[in-house]
Amino acid sequence: MRIGIDVGGTNTDAVLLDGREVIAWAKRPTTPNVTDGIIAALRAVLSRVDATARDIGAVMIGTTHFTNAVVQRRELDRIAVIRLGLPATQAIPPLTDWPDELRETVAGLVRLLPGGHQFDGREIAPLDRALVDQLIADLRTGGIDAIAVAAVFSPAVPDHERTVGTWLREALPGVSLTLSHEIGRLGLLERENAAALNACLTTLARQTIGAFTEALAELGIEAPLYLSQNDGTLMAAEFAARYPVLTFASGPTNSMRGAAALSGIADAVVLDVGGTTTDGGVLVNGFPREASFEVEIGGVRTNFRMPDVVSIGLGGGSLVSADGGRVGPRSVGYRLPEEALVFGGPTLTASDIAIAAGRASFGQPERVRDLPRDLVHRALSTIDRRLAELVDALKTSPDPVPVVVVGGGSVLVPNELEGASAVIRPPYAEVANAIGAAIAQVSGEVDRVFSLEGRSRDSALAEAKAEAERLAVEAGADLATVSVVEVDEIPLAYLPSNAVRIRVKAVGDLRGV
Amino acid sequence: MWYVDEERLEHIAIGAGILGTGGGGNPYYGKLHVRRLLREGARIPVVRLDEVPDDALVVSVGGMGAPTVGIERIHRGDEPLVALRALEAHLGRRATHLIPGEIGGANSTRPMAISAMTGLPVIDGDGMGRAFPELQMDTFSIYGVSATPAALADIYHNVVLFPRLADAVTLERYARAVTIQMGGAAGYAFPAMTGAEAKRTAVPMTLSLAEAVGAAVRRARREHGDPVEAVLRVAGGQVLFRGKVVDVQRRLVAGFARGVVELDGLGDDRGSRLRIDFQNENLIARRDEEVVAVVPDLICLVDRETAEPVTTEVVRYGLRVAVLGIPAPFLLKTPQALAVVGPAAFGYPDVEYRPLPGVYGGDRLVAARVNP
Repeated sequence: MRIGIDVGGTNTDAVLLDGREVIAWAKRPTTPNVTDGIIAALRAVLSRVDATARDIGAVMIGTTHFTNAVVQRRELDRIAVIRLGLPATQAIPPLTDWPDELRETVAGLVRLLPGGHQFDGREIAPLDRALVDQLIADLRTGGIDAIAVAAVFSPAVPDHERTVGTWLREALPGVSLTLSHEIGRLGLLERENAAALNACLTTLARQTIGAFTEALAELGIEAPLYLSQNDGTLMAAEFAARYPVLTFASGPTNSMRGAAALSGIADAVVLDVGGTTTDGGVLVNGFPREASFEVEIGGVRTNFRMPDVVSIGLGGGSLVSADGGRVGPRSVGYRLPEEALVFGGPTLTASDIAIAAGRASFGQPERVRDLPRDLVHRALSTIDRRLAELVDALKTSPDPVPVVVVGGGSVLVPNELEGASAVIRPPYAEVANAIGAAIAQVSGEVDRVFSLEGRSRDSALAEAKAEAERLAVEAGADLATVSVVEVDEIPLAYLPSNAVRIRVKAVGDLRGV
Repeated sequence: MWYVDEERLEHIAIGAGILGTGGGGNPYYGKLHVRRLLREGARIPVVRLDEVPDDALVVSVGGMGAPTVGIERIHRGDEPLVALRALEAHLGRRATHLIPGEIGGANSTRPMAISAMTGLPVIDGDGMGRAFPELQMDTFSIYGVSATPAALADIYHNVVLFPRLADAVTLERYARAVTIQMGGAAGYAFPAMTGAEAKRTAVPMTLSLAEAVGAAVRRARREHGDPVEAVLRVAGGQVLFRGKVVDVQRRLVAGFARGVVELDGLGDDRGSRLRIDFQNENLIARRDEEVVAVVPDLICLVDRETAEPVTTEVVRYGLRVAVLGIPAPFLLKTPQALAVVGPAAFGYPDVEYRPLPGVYGGDRLVAARVNP
């Protein structure tokens, strides 16, 4: 059995799964120290079934804790950012595009040094030991908690980052280091930013993941602990303690992965209907489709893999106009339990319409029984049209697709929806996040420039795939289940040199659970 | 004369991204460089073509190479300046003005950085009014400015000077080969021309156009207007199609990313399909097999909500976009220009260039000055 936990800003949810079957679940308030909320949710789950701590094979936690720390600028470490790229890259020094207050809060030292590689693997410049020694001397006096190192083309050739990392570790034992090639893909500034954000989170990550571990220990759970990443796969707790930045945006990913697992459908549109908005996403092979634009986190540009989510202003609390022609985007939001007609309030909301039409029954349905039939009818068709447009905008083929509906406002969605081959309402949709964490797989990814001089494209692709699969197994995947889920090939435009950037992702089930 | 400040720089980067018609590289990196120089106190004067003396020495400067290299091996910053100094030494004369070779994409901002370092004014104009993949496709070359002497410089300040080559097509081949040896990206300084030649050959007022497009987009985003309409009001042209990307095919042909993007219609265009052929930049748009826009007219994919440009390198499945058709600058529509930048030059001898209705925004700015 495995346990999935979602530590959100408001609630901590826990689920107990046997295979893909939900055995028990619980929702408890998130506590300031995190640990107490987790323990409360876990106790509640374990008390509901005939299971003991020994039956648990693995625990997976999804959390927004680290994203929130960056957004709110709290509990961040003082960092040094070292770039290896001189004489190139001087035009834009590290952290140039960061919000001033964030840079001033965290940046203790920024240094450019010779190093890095060209796209074809040649060194830009050899490392300069004397300059690194000078840097080490400056670091000793700098009040620095953590260091990020980024070298040009390190995703292809990580040698310089590793060597400088070794020198720093030897000279400054116990220092916390983030090497950019371990967390990011091509795009120096974005990868460097991610490494720097990661360094900022060093102490918080150690404490938080320590707290997670303590919570499990207190309940006698000895199973390995994993955290979910932004792409819907898992990393071991020790790894997550070093790379907390990889948890960014794991929330919507887990919710969509949970929807996939609950419904048993790998390719679908997922609608998460809340009080104010509906977030739509697309599952492809059981994974969320990724957004292709750069994503800013707390004002910092990164190139993380984020799910492509489209939001519209329609939810359970949306205001309905007098003639029913408009529903949303204004909403009573979290005040739904006081404001809606069915709860004795004065405001006509989308939920009231759904109940009047018999799509749902909660509150006091008799309070909306006498709404004009015309109004209800028109408002319903407005809701259905907006949902159908959202589904249509998300689809990638004209054929109808299955639509999986989760979230508190899911009663708005009709059973027959234009563009939908079926509307599926899985059970346990309110804890889809924790379920998404519990069922997550592990992955390996390669993103490198390959020269096709003297070799075929197929052999380069095969090399990339083999390496991605090897990385997945290294991350804990069961070799028999590993498969390549994404292959992306981008020729290097404007250069007749036959170089190609290949990105491959392989995933597999966790070994031994 | 006007000066580039941080706000205008921000606008120019947005406008240049859209005018890149899918290629030209991301102006973001050049923008950060110029913004840093502005914050250090640099001044960047911009002059109109009619303010340039006939005997001025105008040099086009910028960067060439692969955008994928550019996002990873960020430029040193002064490569084009080193190339410029080598070119000046060869000519025995100092440059008096700088001009962008290409307003679309990354090369909109690079001359501003060199202006900030040298104090030389940047001319409000360029050699394309958009982006194109090859050197011979600029209006300087089309209208007879000699491609050489030309200079390239790398991050080590190595310089390669081409004192004389037959023409821009030859320079294109030689310069690409050198650029690969320089690590896939290099700074350039060429062609050099007189003020009189610049006035005769440059596409006028394109920095002003990029600035105005960016300003309109930002205003529309801030005021919750329609940024896509805002682009068109300034740049000229129309929405050819609104839809979502349903297929992208890319293949590498002689160093260029050629391919096809297919879109399914949304809203009023539901039921129709648009197919766009590209070679780094978008070349031809066909709606249900019927040609609706052809190079050199500008075919621009932008996010349909925010007008954020979508380049041919990042375009992929599921993106929801508006396809804009912006009429080409007047200087690209002459028979002389169409022989070099028309559909036949890109391998489509059977496609006829039928110009989109309307006037290119830069040409409108010129007309508004002449006939206020």
